[in-house]
Amino acid sequence: MSEVQQLLGNDPGWLTLVKALIVFVFAVLMTLMSIWGERRIVARMQMRLGPNRTGPFGLVQGLADGVKLALKEDIIPKAADAVVFVLAPIIAATTCFMSFAVIPMTGKVKLFGHETTMQLTDLPVGVLYILSIASIGVYGIVLAGWSSGSTYPLLGGLRSSAQVISYEVAMGLSLVAVFLYAGSMSTSDIIDAQNKIWYAIVLFPSFVIYVISMVGETNRAPFDLAEAEGELVGGFHTEYSSLKFALFFLAEYVNIITVSALATTLFLGGYHALPGLTFTESWLGGYFTFFWFLAKVLAFLFFFIWLRGTLPRLRYDQFMKFGWKVLIPASLVWIMLVSTLRVFSLQGTSRAYVLGFVVGAILLGLGASSIYDKTKKRKAGEVAALVYDAPDFAVPQLPMSVSTFVVPSAAASKESASE
Amino acid sequence: MNLYVPILTIGAIGFGFAAFSIVAAAVTGPKRYNRAKLDAYECGIEPSPQAAGGGRFPIKYFLTAMLFIVFDIEIVFLYPWAVSFDQMGLFGLVEMLLFIGTVFVAYAYVWRRGGLEWD
Repeated sequence: MSEVQQLLGNDPGWLTLVKALIVFVFAVLMTLMSIWGERRIVARMQMRLGPNRTGPFGLVQGLADGVKLALKEDIIPKAADAVVFVLAPIIAATTCFMSFAVIPMTGKVKLFGHETTMQLTDLPVGVLYILSIASIGVYGIVLAGWSSGSTYPLLGGLRSSAQVISYEVAMGLSLVAVFLYAGSMSTSDIIDAQNKIWYAIVLFPSFVIYVISMVGETNRAPFDLAEAEGELVGGFHTEYSSLKFALFFLAEYVNIITVSALATTLFLGGYHALPGLTFTESWLGGYFTFFWFLAKVLAFLFFFIWLRGTLPRLRYDQFMKFGWKVLIPASLVWIMLVSTLRVFSLQGTSRAYVLGFVVGAILLGLGASSIYDKTKKRKAGEVAALVYDAPDFAVPQLPMSVSTFVVPSAAASKESASE
Repeated sequence: MNLYVPILTIGAIGFGFAAFSIVAAAVTGPKRYNRAKLDAYECGIEPSPQAAGGGRFPIKYFLTAMLFIVFDIEIVFLYPWAVSFDQMGLFGLVEMLLFIGTVFVAYAYVWRRGGLEWD
Protein backbone atom coordinates (compact mmCIF):
# COMPACT_ATOMS: atom_id res chain seq x y z
CA MET A 1 0.00 0.00 0.00
CA SER A 2 1.33 3.37 -0.92
CA GLU A 3 1.42 6.36 1.42
CA VAL A 4 -1.64 8.03 -0.05
CA GLN A 5 -3.63 4.81 0.11
CA GLN A 6 -2.82 4.45 3.80
CA LEU A 7 -3.70 8.09 4.40
CA LEU A 8 -7.04 7.73 2.64
CA GLY A 9 -7.65 4.40 4.30
CA ASN A 10 -7.51 6.20 7.64
CA ASP A 11 -10.29 8.63 6.70
CA PRO A 12 -13.20 8.27 9.11
CA GLY A 13 -16.64 7.69 7.61
CA TRP A 14 -17.90 11.25 8.07
CA LEU A 15 -14.82 12.65 6.33
CA THR A 16 -15.43 10.37 3.36
CA LEU A 17 -18.98 11.66 3.18
CA VAL A 18 -17.80 15.29 3.36
CA LYS A 19 -15.24 14.70 0.64
CA ALA A 20 -17.76 12.90 -1.54
CA LEU A 21 -20.06 15.89 -1.21
CA ILE A 22 -17.20 18.25 -2.06
CA VAL A 23 -16.38 16.23 -5.18
CA PHE A 24 -20.03 16.20 -6.19
CA VAL A 25 -20.43 19.96 -5.68
CA PHE A 26 -17.16 20.60 -7.49
CA ALA A 27 -18.31 18.58 -10.49
CA VAL A 28 -21.71 20.28 -10.64
CA LEU A 29 -20.23 23.77 -10.19
CA MET A 30 -17.62 23.12 -12.85
CA THR A 31 -20.36 21.98 -15.19
CA LEU A 32 -22.41 25.13 -14.66
CA MET A 33 -19.35 27.33 -15.04
CA SER A 34 -18.04 25.51 -18.09
CA ILE A 35 -21.40 25.81 -19.84
CA TRP A 36 -21.22 29.54 -19.23
CA GLY A 37 -17.55 29.68 -20.17
CA GLU A 38 -18.12 27.70 -23.34
CA ARG A 39 -20.93 29.93 -24.51
CA ARG A 40 -18.99 33.08 -23.74
CA ILE A 41 -15.75 31.94 -25.33
CA VAL A 42 -17.38 30.48 -28.44
CA ALA A 43 -19.33 33.72 -28.73
CA ARG A 44 -16.07 35.70 -28.61
CA MET A 45 -14.61 33.46 -31.28
CA GLN A 46 -17.66 34.13 -33.46
CA MET A 47 -17.58 37.89 -32.71
CA ARG A 48 -20.72 37.80 -30.60
CA LEU A 49 -21.19 38.66 -26.92
CA GLY A 50 -22.75 35.48 -25.58
CA PRO A 51 -24.99 35.30 -22.50
CA ASN A 52 -24.31 38.40 -20.36
CA ARG A 53 -27.67 39.23 -18.78
CA THR A 54 -28.24 36.68 -16.01
CA GLY A 55 -26.14 37.80 -13.07
CA PRO A 56 -22.74 39.48 -13.32
CA PHE A 57 -21.25 38.67 -16.76
CA GLY A 58 -24.08 36.16 -17.18
CA LEU A 59 -22.43 33.88 -14.64
CA VAL A 60 -25.62 32.21 -13.43
CA GLN A 61 -26.75 31.39 -16.98
CA GLY A 62 -26.10 27.68 -16.43
CA LEU A 63 -28.18 27.63 -13.26
CA ALA A 64 -30.98 29.59 -14.95
CA ASP A 65 -31.02 27.07 -17.79
CA GLY A 66 -31.26 24.26 -15.25
CA VAL A 67 -34.22 25.88 -13.52
CA LYS A 68 -35.85 26.49 -16.88
CA LEU A 69 -35.48 22.81 -17.79
CA ALA A 70 -36.98 21.79 -14.44
CA LEU A 71 -40.10 23.79 -15.26
CA LYS A 72 -40.57 22.12 -18.65
CA GLU A 73 -43.00 19.35 -19.40
CA ASP A 74 -41.64 15.88 -18.71
CA ILE A 75 -42.62 13.69 -21.66
CA ILE A 76 -42.28 9.93 -22.01
CA PRO A 77 -43.24 9.11 -25.61
CA LYS A 78 -45.92 6.53 -26.23
CA ALA A 79 -43.56 4.21 -28.12
CA ALA A 80 -40.88 4.36 -25.42
CA ASP A 81 -39.98 1.58 -23.02
CA ALA A 82 -40.82 3.59 -19.91
CA VAL A 83 -38.60 1.81 -17.35
CA VAL A 84 -35.44 1.85 -19.45
CA PHE A 85 -36.27 5.34 -20.66
CA VAL A 86 -36.13 6.60 -17.07
CA LEU A 87 -33.19 4.40 -16.10
CA ALA A 88 -30.87 5.59 -18.89
CA PRO A 89 -30.29 9.17 -17.63
CA ILE A 90 -29.81 7.82 -14.10
CA ILE A 91 -27.06 5.48 -15.32
CA ALA A 92 -25.39 8.28 -17.26
CA ALA A 93 -25.48 10.73 -14.34
CA THR A 94 -24.41 8.22 -11.67
CA THR A 95 -21.41 6.87 -13.56
CA CYS A 96 -20.09 10.30 -14.51
CA PHE A 97 -19.76 11.26 -10.85
CA MET A 98 -18.29 7.90 -9.88
CA SER A 99 -15.39 8.16 -12.29
CA PHE A 100 -14.28 11.38 -10.59
CA ALA A 101 -13.60 9.55 -7.32
CA VAL A 102 -9.97 8.63 -7.97
CA ILE A 103 -8.79 12.00 -9.30
CA PRO A 104 -6.29 13.62 -6.90
CA MET A 105 -7.10 17.31 -6.60
CA THR A 106 -4.61 18.46 -3.96
CA GLY A 107 -1.53 17.22 -2.17
CA LYS A 108 -1.55 16.59 1.58
CA VAL A 109 -3.92 18.99 3.37
CA LYS A 110 -5.72 19.25 6.70
CA LEU A 111 -9.49 18.98 6.53
CA PHE A 112 -11.28 19.48 9.88
CA GLY A 113 -8.07 18.56 11.70
CA HIS A 114 -7.51 15.33 9.74
CA GLU A 115 -4.54 14.94 7.50
CA THR A 116 -5.77 13.73 4.14
CA THR A 117 -5.69 14.58 0.43
CA MET A 118 -8.54 15.93 -1.65
CA GLN A 119 -8.98 12.66 -3.40
CA LEU A 120 -11.94 10.50 -2.57
CA THR A 121 -10.08 7.23 -2.81
CA ASP A 122 -6.93 5.84 -4.33
CA LEU A 123 -7.20 2.39 -5.87
CA PRO A 124 -4.20 0.38 -7.02
CA VAL A 125 -6.10 0.08 -10.31
CA GLY A 126 -7.35 3.68 -10.36
CA VAL A 127 -7.10 4.40 -14.08
CA LEU A 128 -8.53 1.02 -15.03
CA TYR A 129 -11.43 1.85 -12.72
CA ILE A 130 -12.07 5.13 -14.57
CA LEU A 131 -12.04 3.34 -17.93
CA SER A 132 -14.44 0.67 -16.70
CA ILE A 133 -16.85 3.22 -15.27
CA ALA A 134 -16.69 5.14 -18.54
CA SER A 135 -17.66 1.89 -20.30
CA ILE A 136 -20.68 1.54 -18.03
CA GLY A 137 -21.58 5.11 -18.96
CA VAL A 138 -21.99 3.94 -22.55
CA TYR A 139 -24.98 1.90 -21.37
CA GLY A 140 -26.72 5.17 -20.57
CA ILE A 141 -26.30 6.28 -24.17
CA VAL A 142 -27.23 3.03 -25.89
CA LEU A 143 -30.24 2.36 -23.63
CA ALA A 144 -31.49 5.91 -24.08
CA GLY A 145 -31.31 5.52 -27.84
CA TRP A 146 -32.97 2.14 -27.87
CA SER A 147 -35.70 2.79 -25.35
CA SER A 148 -36.97 5.94 -27.08
CA GLY A 149 -38.68 3.80 -29.73
CA SER A 150 -37.92 6.38 -32.37
CA THR A 151 -35.69 6.43 -35.43
CA TYR A 152 -33.30 9.26 -34.74
CA PRO A 153 -32.44 8.36 -31.15
CA LEU A 154 -31.84 4.74 -32.14
CA LEU A 155 -29.37 5.69 -34.87
CA GLY A 156 -27.84 8.43 -32.74
CA GLY A 157 -27.39 6.09 -29.79
CA LEU A 158 -25.74 3.44 -31.95
CA ARG A 159 -23.46 5.98 -33.52
CA SER A 160 -22.53 7.43 -30.15
CA SER A 161 -21.76 4.10 -28.58
CA ALA A 162 -19.77 2.86 -31.60
CA GLN A 163 -17.84 6.10 -31.48
CA VAL A 164 -17.18 5.97 -27.76
CA ILE A 165 -16.01 2.36 -27.75
CA SER A 166 -13.80 2.89 -30.82
CA TYR A 167 -12.00 5.80 -29.23
CA GLU A 168 -11.87 4.03 -25.89
CA VAL A 169 -9.54 1.48 -27.49
CA ALA A 170 -7.21 4.24 -28.68
CA MET A 171 -7.43 5.91 -25.28
CA GLY A 172 -6.70 2.67 -23.43
CA LEU A 173 -3.70 1.95 -25.64
CA SER A 174 -2.29 5.44 -25.18
CA LEU A 175 -2.20 4.92 -21.41
CA VAL A 176 -0.05 1.77 -21.57
CA ALA A 177 3.15 3.78 -21.99
CA VAL A 178 2.29 5.80 -18.88
CA PHE A 179 1.83 2.66 -16.78
CA LEU A 180 5.05 1.31 -18.22
CA TYR A 181 7.02 4.29 -16.97
CA ALA A 182 5.16 4.80 -13.70
CA GLY A 183 5.02 1.10 -12.83
CA SER A 184 1.56 1.58 -11.34
CA MET A 185 -2.05 2.22 -12.28
CA SER A 186 -2.84 4.28 -9.20
CA THR A 187 -3.41 7.95 -9.97
CA SER A 188 -1.39 9.24 -7.01
CA ASP A 189 1.57 6.99 -7.83
CA ILE A 190 1.55 8.24 -11.41
CA ILE A 191 1.64 11.84 -10.20
CA ASP A 192 4.56 11.03 -7.87
CA ALA A 193 6.40 9.40 -10.74
CA GLN A 194 6.22 12.67 -12.66
CA ASN A 195 8.13 14.67 -10.06
CA LYS A 196 11.17 14.95 -12.32
CA ILE A 197 9.53 15.53 -15.66
CA TRP A 198 5.97 15.43 -16.99
CA TYR A 199 4.91 12.49 -19.10
CA ALA A 200 3.48 14.92 -21.63
CA ILE A 201 7.11 15.59 -22.58
CA VAL A 202 8.65 12.13 -22.16
CA LEU A 203 5.72 10.30 -23.78
CA PHE A 204 4.63 13.00 -26.18
CA PRO A 205 3.01 10.66 -28.77
CA SER A 206 0.94 9.04 -26.02
CA PHE A 207 -0.17 12.47 -24.90
CA VAL A 208 -1.25 13.46 -28.41
CA ILE A 209 -3.16 10.20 -28.92
CA TYR A 210 -4.84 10.57 -25.53
CA VAL A 211 -5.90 14.15 -26.21
CA ILE A 212 -7.40 13.24 -29.60
CA SER A 213 -9.19 10.18 -28.26
CA MET A 214 -10.56 12.03 -25.24
CA VAL A 215 -12.31 14.43 -27.60
CA GLY A 216 -13.73 11.46 -29.53
CA GLU A 217 -14.67 9.68 -26.32
CA THR A 218 -16.73 12.60 -25.01
CA ASN A 219 -18.58 13.19 -28.30
CA ARG A 220 -17.31 16.73 -28.61
CA ALA A 221 -16.66 18.85 -31.69
CA PRO A 222 -15.15 18.09 -34.17
CA PHE A 223 -16.23 14.54 -33.30
CA ASP A 224 -19.81 15.39 -32.24
CA LEU A 225 -21.33 13.21 -34.95
CA ALA A 226 -23.94 11.80 -32.65
CA GLU A 227 -25.58 15.18 -32.47
CA ALA A 228 -25.22 16.07 -36.12
CA GLU A 229 -28.30 18.26 -36.29
CA GLY A 230 -28.59 18.02 -40.07
CA GLU A 231 -28.95 14.23 -40.04
CA LEU A 232 -29.87 12.98 -36.58
CA VAL A 233 -31.63 15.87 -34.81
CA GLY A 234 -30.32 15.63 -31.23
CA GLY A 235 -28.87 12.12 -31.36
CA PHE A 236 -29.70 9.70 -28.57
CA HIS A 237 -31.46 12.29 -26.40
CA THR A 238 -33.88 13.56 -29.05
CA GLU A 239 -36.93 12.30 -27.16
CA TYR A 240 -35.78 13.51 -23.75
CA SER A 241 -37.12 16.66 -22.20
CA SER A 242 -37.07 18.43 -18.86
CA LEU A 243 -34.58 17.34 -16.18
CA LYS A 244 -33.94 13.97 -17.86
CA PHE A 245 -32.37 15.88 -20.70
CA ALA A 246 -30.51 18.02 -18.16
CA LEU A 247 -29.02 14.86 -16.63
CA PHE A 248 -27.56 13.83 -19.99
CA PHE A 249 -26.20 17.31 -20.43
CA LEU A 250 -24.68 17.19 -16.96
CA ALA A 251 -23.17 13.77 -17.62
CA GLU A 252 -21.60 14.99 -20.85
CA TYR A 253 -19.95 17.94 -19.15
CA VAL A 254 -18.82 16.00 -16.09
CA ASN A 255 -17.25 13.48 -18.47
CA ILE A 256 -15.40 16.28 -20.22
CA ILE A 257 -14.12 17.51 -16.86
CA THR A 258 -13.14 13.97 -15.85
CA VAL A 259 -11.12 13.27 -19.00
CA SER A 260 -9.46 16.67 -18.64
CA ALA A 261 -8.62 15.89 -15.01
CA LEU A 262 -7.31 12.48 -16.04
CA ALA A 263 -5.13 14.08 -18.72
CA THR A 264 -3.83 16.48 -16.07
CA THR A 265 -3.12 13.61 -13.71
CA LEU A 266 -1.45 11.29 -16.18
CA PHE A 267 0.49 13.71 -18.34
CA LEU A 268 0.81 17.12 -16.70
CA GLY A 269 1.90 16.22 -13.19
CA GLY A 270 -1.54 16.56 -11.60
CA TYR A 271 -1.76 18.98 -8.70
CA HIS A 272 1.96 19.75 -8.73
CA ALA A 273 3.10 23.25 -9.62
CA LEU A 274 4.74 24.18 -12.86
CA PRO A 275 8.48 23.45 -12.82
CA GLY A 276 10.31 26.20 -10.95
CA LEU A 277 7.28 27.18 -8.86
CA THR A 278 7.28 24.23 -6.47
CA PHE A 279 7.57 26.58 -3.45
CA THR A 280 3.92 27.58 -4.02
CA GLU A 281 2.74 24.07 -3.17
CA SER A 282 2.97 24.68 0.60
CA TRP A 283 0.88 27.88 0.49
CA LEU A 284 -2.48 27.89 2.26
CA GLY A 285 -1.53 24.72 4.11
CA GLY A 286 -1.19 22.78 0.87
CA TYR A 287 -4.53 23.91 -0.53
CA PHE A 288 -2.76 26.02 -3.14
CA THR A 289 -2.05 22.81 -5.07
CA PHE A 290 -5.74 22.82 -5.92
CA PHE A 291 -5.10 26.02 -7.87
CA TRP A 292 -2.57 24.23 -10.07
CA PHE A 293 -4.93 21.31 -10.60
CA LEU A 294 -7.73 23.68 -11.54
CA ALA A 295 -5.49 25.72 -13.85
CA LYS A 296 -4.47 22.64 -15.79
CA VAL A 297 -8.02 21.31 -16.04
CA LEU A 298 -9.26 24.70 -17.19
CA ALA A 299 -6.54 24.75 -19.85
CA PHE A 300 -7.93 21.48 -21.20
CA LEU A 301 -11.49 22.78 -21.04
CA PHE A 302 -10.42 25.84 -22.99
CA PHE A 303 -8.82 23.51 -25.52
CA PHE A 304 -12.16 21.68 -25.92
CA ILE A 305 -13.97 24.98 -26.48
CA TRP A 306 -11.28 26.20 -28.84
CA LEU A 307 -11.67 23.04 -30.94
CA ARG A 308 -15.39 23.59 -31.10
CA GLY A 309 -14.91 27.16 -32.22
CA THR A 310 -12.37 26.21 -34.87
CA LEU A 311 -13.02 22.87 -36.53
CA PRO A 312 -15.95 21.69 -38.66
CA ARG A 313 -17.54 18.33 -37.90
CA LEU A 314 -16.05 15.22 -39.47
CA ARG A 315 -17.96 12.75 -41.57
CA TYR A 316 -18.72 9.48 -39.77
CA ASP A 317 -16.62 7.31 -42.08
CA GLN A 318 -13.68 9.72 -41.81
CA PHE A 319 -14.00 9.66 -38.07
CA MET A 320 -14.08 5.87 -37.75
CA LYS A 321 -11.28 5.52 -40.29
CA PHE A 322 -9.14 7.90 -38.28
CA GLY A 323 -9.79 6.00 -35.06
CA TRP A 324 -9.28 2.47 -36.35
CA LYS A 325 -6.68 2.98 -39.05
CA VAL A 326 -4.52 5.75 -37.60
CA LEU A 327 -4.82 6.07 -33.84
CA ILE A 328 -4.87 2.35 -32.94
CA PRO A 329 -1.95 1.16 -35.10
CA ALA A 330 0.00 4.30 -34.16
CA SER A 331 -0.43 3.59 -30.46
CA LEU A 332 0.46 -0.08 -30.89
CA VAL A 333 3.67 0.80 -32.70
CA TRP A 334 4.44 3.44 -30.08
CA ILE A 335 3.94 0.93 -27.26
CA MET A 336 6.38 -1.49 -28.87
CA LEU A 337 8.90 1.31 -29.40
CA VAL A 338 8.63 2.58 -25.85
CA SER A 339 8.87 -0.84 -24.25
CA THR A 340 11.93 -1.71 -26.32
CA LEU A 341 13.60 1.54 -25.29
CA ARG A 342 12.69 0.79 -21.69
CA VAL A 343 14.38 -2.62 -21.89
CA PHE A 344 17.48 -0.93 -23.31
CA SER A 345 17.60 1.50 -20.42
CA LEU A 346 16.98 -1.28 -17.88
CA GLN A 347 19.82 -3.39 -19.25
CA GLY A 348 22.14 -0.41 -19.61
CA THR A 349 22.64 -0.87 -23.34
CA SER A 350 25.22 1.53 -24.76
CA ARG A 351 24.08 4.81 -26.28
CA ALA A 352 25.19 3.76 -29.75
CA TYR A 353 22.81 0.78 -29.82
CA VAL A 354 19.88 2.87 -28.59
CA LEU A 355 20.62 5.57 -31.12
CA GLY A 356 20.91 2.95 -33.85
CA PHE A 357 17.55 1.48 -32.84
CA VAL A 358 15.82 4.87 -32.81
CA VAL A 359 17.27 5.85 -36.19
CA GLY A 360 16.30 2.44 -37.59
CA ALA A 361 12.73 2.84 -36.29
CA ILE A 362 12.45 6.31 -37.80
CA LEU A 363 13.77 5.05 -41.15
CA LEU A 364 11.28 2.17 -41.07
CA GLY A 365 8.47 4.63 -40.37
CA LEU A 366 9.54 6.87 -43.23
CA GLY A 367 9.80 3.87 -45.55
CA ALA A 368 6.31 2.69 -44.61
CA SER A 369 4.84 6.15 -45.16
CA SER A 370 6.52 6.50 -48.57
CA ILE A 371 5.17 3.09 -49.64
CA TYR A 372 1.75 4.22 -48.45
CA ASP A 373 2.04 7.43 -50.46
CA LYS A 374 3.07 5.49 -53.56
CA THR A 375 0.09 3.12 -53.38
CA LYS A 376 -2.15 6.13 -52.85
CA LYS A 377 -0.74 7.81 -55.94
CA ARG A 378 -1.06 4.60 -57.95
CA LYS A 379 -4.71 4.29 -56.91
CA ALA A 380 -5.32 7.92 -57.83
CA GLY A 381 -3.68 7.21 -61.19
CA GLU A 382 -5.97 4.23 -61.76
CA VAL A 383 -8.99 6.39 -61.03
CA ALA A 384 -7.70 9.10 -63.36
CA ALA A 385 -7.23 6.49 -66.12
CA LEU A 386 -10.96 5.68 -65.88
CA VAL A 387 -11.85 9.00 -67.56
CA TYR A 388 -12.28 8.23 -71.24
CA ASP A 389 -10.97 10.27 -74.11
CA ALA A 390 -13.51 11.84 -76.39
CA PRO A 391 -14.53 9.33 -79.10
CA ASP A 392 -13.85 10.28 -82.70
CA PHE A 393 -17.42 9.50 -83.82
CA ALA A 394 -20.43 11.75 -83.40
CA VAL A 395 -22.21 11.49 -80.08
CA PRO A 396 -25.91 12.43 -79.99
CA GLN A 397 -26.82 14.99 -77.34
CA LEU A 398 -29.35 13.80 -74.80
CA PRO A 399 -31.61 16.39 -73.28
CA MET A 400 -30.13 17.83 -70.05
CA SER A 401 -27.04 15.66 -70.39
CA VAL A 402 -23.84 16.85 -68.79
CA SER A 403 -20.94 15.80 -70.95
CA THR A 404 -17.96 14.31 -69.21
CA PHE A 405 -15.94 14.34 -72.41
CA VAL A 406 -13.24 16.87 -73.03
CA VAL A 407 -14.70 19.78 -74.94
CA PRO A 408 -12.74 20.43 -78.16
CA SER A 409 -11.05 23.80 -78.09
CA ALA A 410 -13.03 26.81 -79.31
CA ALA A 411 -10.73 27.40 -82.30
CA ALA A 412 -11.17 23.83 -83.54
CA SER A 413 -14.98 24.00 -83.27
CA LYS A 414 -15.04 27.33 -85.15
CA GLU A 415 -12.98 25.80 -87.93
CA SER A 416 -15.37 22.89 -88.29
CA ALA A 417 -18.34 25.31 -88.32
CA SER A 418 -16.89 27.40 -91.13
CA GLU A 419 -16.23 24.33 -93.25
CA MET B 1 -11.54 2.06 5.99
CA ASN B 2 -11.93 0.05 2.85
CA LEU B 3 -10.78 1.97 -0.22
CA TYR B 4 -13.86 0.97 -2.18
CA VAL B 5 -16.40 2.42 0.23
CA PRO B 6 -15.92 6.06 -0.95
CA ILE B 7 -16.80 4.94 -4.48
CA LEU B 8 -20.10 3.61 -3.24
CA THR B 9 -20.62 6.86 -1.35
CA ILE B 10 -20.18 9.09 -4.39
CA GLY B 11 -22.19 6.62 -6.45
CA ALA B 12 -25.03 6.85 -3.97
CA ILE B 13 -24.87 10.66 -4.02
CA GLY B 14 -24.93 10.70 -7.82
CA PHE B 15 -27.78 8.21 -7.95
CA GLY B 16 -29.72 10.13 -5.33
CA PHE B 17 -29.28 13.36 -7.24
CA ALA B 18 -30.39 11.78 -10.52
CA ALA B 19 -33.40 10.08 -8.95
CA PHE B 20 -34.36 13.28 -7.15
CA SER B 21 -34.16 15.27 -10.40
CA ILE B 22 -36.38 12.82 -12.22
CA VAL B 23 -39.00 12.84 -9.47
CA ALA B 24 -38.77 16.63 -9.15
CA ALA B 25 -39.24 17.10 -12.89
CA ALA B 26 -42.45 15.09 -12.75
CA VAL B 27 -43.73 17.40 -9.99
CA THR B 28 -42.58 20.83 -11.16
CA GLY B 29 -43.31 20.67 -14.88
CA PRO B 30 -46.67 21.35 -16.48
CA LYS B 31 -48.75 18.41 -17.64
CA ARG B 32 -50.63 19.26 -20.81
CA TYR B 33 -50.23 16.12 -22.84
CA ASN B 34 -51.72 15.56 -26.23
CA ARG B 35 -51.32 12.91 -28.89
CA ALA B 36 -48.77 14.84 -30.94
CA LYS B 37 -46.52 15.36 -27.93
CA LEU B 38 -46.44 11.66 -27.11
CA ASP B 39 -45.60 10.66 -30.68
CA ALA B 40 -42.05 9.89 -31.71
CA TYR B 41 -40.27 12.94 -33.08
CA GLU B 42 -39.75 12.89 -36.81
CA CYS B 43 -39.35 16.52 -37.76
CA GLY B 44 -43.08 17.13 -37.91
CA ILE B 45 -44.16 14.40 -40.32
CA GLU B 46 -46.35 11.48 -39.26
CA PRO B 47 -43.94 9.19 -37.38
CA SER B 48 -43.21 5.81 -38.91
CA PRO B 49 -44.90 3.08 -36.86
CA GLN B 50 -41.59 1.48 -35.93
CA ALA B 51 -38.07 2.74 -35.55
CA ALA B 52 -35.75 2.34 -38.53
CA GLY B 53 -35.97 -1.18 -40.00
CA GLY B 54 -38.31 -2.34 -37.25
CA GLY B 55 -35.72 -1.54 -34.62
CA ARG B 56 -33.01 -3.47 -36.40
CA PHE B 57 -29.76 -1.74 -37.24
CA PRO B 58 -26.82 -2.24 -39.61
CA ILE B 59 -24.58 -5.23 -38.95
CA LYS B 60 -21.59 -2.86 -39.06
CA TYR B 61 -22.21 -1.91 -35.46
CA PHE B 62 -21.89 -5.53 -34.35
CA LEU B 63 -18.60 -5.75 -36.20
CA THR B 64 -17.32 -2.64 -34.45
CA ALA B 65 -18.44 -4.03 -31.10
CA MET B 66 -16.61 -7.31 -31.71
CA LEU B 67 -13.44 -5.56 -32.81
CA PHE B 68 -13.73 -3.46 -29.69
CA ILE B 69 -13.84 -6.60 -27.56
CA VAL B 70 -10.73 -7.99 -29.29
CA PHE B 71 -8.77 -4.82 -28.66
CA ASP B 72 -10.16 -4.30 -25.18
CA ILE B 73 -8.93 -7.75 -24.21
CA GLU B 74 -5.57 -6.87 -25.67
CA ILE B 75 -5.59 -3.78 -23.45
CA VAL B 76 -6.55 -5.86 -20.43
CA PHE B 77 -3.47 -7.99 -21.06
CA LEU B 78 -1.28 -4.97 -21.72
CA TYR B 79 -2.05 -3.15 -18.46
CA PRO B 80 -0.68 -5.64 -15.91
CA TRP B 81 2.22 -6.30 -18.27
CA ALA B 82 3.02 -2.57 -18.35
CA VAL B 83 2.76 -2.23 -14.56
CA SER B 84 5.19 -5.06 -13.84
CA PHE B 85 7.33 -4.49 -16.92
CA ASP B 86 10.51 -3.67 -15.02
CA GLN B 87 10.51 -7.03 -13.22
CA MET B 88 10.16 -9.02 -16.43
CA GLY B 89 12.59 -7.14 -18.65
CA LEU B 90 13.51 -8.65 -22.00
CA PHE B 91 11.43 -11.79 -21.50
CA GLY B 92 8.27 -9.75 -21.00
CA LEU B 93 9.05 -7.62 -23.99
CA VAL B 94 9.49 -10.57 -26.36
CA GLU B 95 6.35 -12.29 -25.10
CA MET B 96 4.29 -9.14 -25.55
CA LEU B 97 5.72 -8.44 -29.00
CA LEU B 98 4.59 -11.95 -30.01
CA PHE B 99 1.11 -11.29 -28.60
CA ILE B 100 0.75 -7.87 -30.22
CA GLY B 101 2.03 -9.38 -33.47
CA THR B 102 -0.63 -12.10 -33.35
CA VAL B 103 -3.43 -9.62 -32.78
CA PHE B 104 -1.93 -7.45 -35.50
CA VAL B 105 -2.33 -10.27 -38.03
CA ALA B 106 -6.04 -10.41 -37.23
CA TYR B 107 -6.19 -6.63 -37.46
CA ALA B 108 -4.48 -6.62 -40.86
CA TYR B 109 -6.92 -9.29 -42.06
CA VAL B 110 -9.94 -7.26 -40.96
CA TRP B 111 -8.51 -4.15 -42.58
CA ARG B 112 -7.80 -6.01 -45.84
CA ARG B 113 -11.30 -7.54 -45.95
CA GLY B 114 -12.83 -4.10 -45.55
CA GLY B 115 -14.03 -4.61 -42.01
CA LEU B 116 -12.95 -1.12 -41.06
CA GLU B 117 -14.70 0.64 -43.95
CA TRP B 118 -17.77 2.75 -43.34
CA ASP B 119 -19.79 3.97 -46.29
